[in-house]
Amino acid sequence: MNSNLLFDFNVDKEAKTVYITREFAASHSLVWDAFTKAELLDQWSAPAPMRAKTKFMNFEEGGRRFYAMISPEGHEYWSIHQFTSITPKANFKTYNTFSDEHENPQLPGSDWNYAFSENEGKTTVSITIYNESRERLEKMIEMGFNTGMTATLQNLEELLATLS
Amino acid sequence: MKQDIFQAIADPTRRAILTLIAIQALTPNAMAEKFDMTRQAVSKHIKVLNECDLIKPEQSGREIYYHFNAKKMQEFDHWLAQFRQKWEIQFNQLDELLANIKDEKQ
Repeated sequence: MNSNLLFDFNVDKEAKTVYITREFAASHSLVWDAFTKAELLDQWSAPAPMRAKTKFMNFEEGGRRFYAMISPEGHEYWSIHQFTSITPKANFKTYNTFSDEHENPQLPGSDWNYAFSENEGKTTVSITIYNESRERLEKMIEMGFNTGMTATLQNLEELLATLS
Repeated sequence: MKQDIFQAIADPTRRAILTLIAIQALTPNAMAEKFDMTRQAVSKHIKVLNECDLIKPEQSGREIYYHFNAKKMQEFDHWLAQFRQKWEIQFNQLDELLANIKDEKQ
């Protein structure tokens, strides 16, 4: 269903930065909510068959989202997203670190910038990720991906069915 | 500590060294000459590049030639491809979620 939606993924290795741009066939305010409300984030922000579980989230400058990605085996990978800047509906920035289940961060982290814009009924989200080190980037990939990679289309559809 | 590819390629001189030896393997002396640097400065750059496997030494007679290790760069690209795929999966999930919410509202 998303074949006609733009998806750009670029990496500037020298600048240690990843650029992701994606269009969504939904209104600006709905897409904004999907990225900024815990109950919606938990429904899509872990790649199936992993799932996301937010322990708490204060979407305000200086606030945090503390959440886990949980593998099918029940292993929990905790992360902290600290909201460093918020311009409602347009942009927000986070400083993300992996952590343990007691909210102790594992430094270094990475800086994320999310920008939102609407055009002809579609909403574009541009994400910029700056990692302080390659090791951090490797870890970021491993965390979300190791189990996600084995996700077959079937697994994905099962998860989506439970969402509707 | 393991050397970091990002750090290794963040330096313009090291990028120039990689570009050069991708075309032709070079000895440290030849590099020093090409970049008008001291042997010591070249050795430092070689150490960083070698520790993250971006270059490989090969003994030839009395000289050591450094080769570009394209495989290491490919591995790195492979990690990134996985990261891209993770986002694809998540965004497809979000597409479904957005469609479901819109349906509910109607």
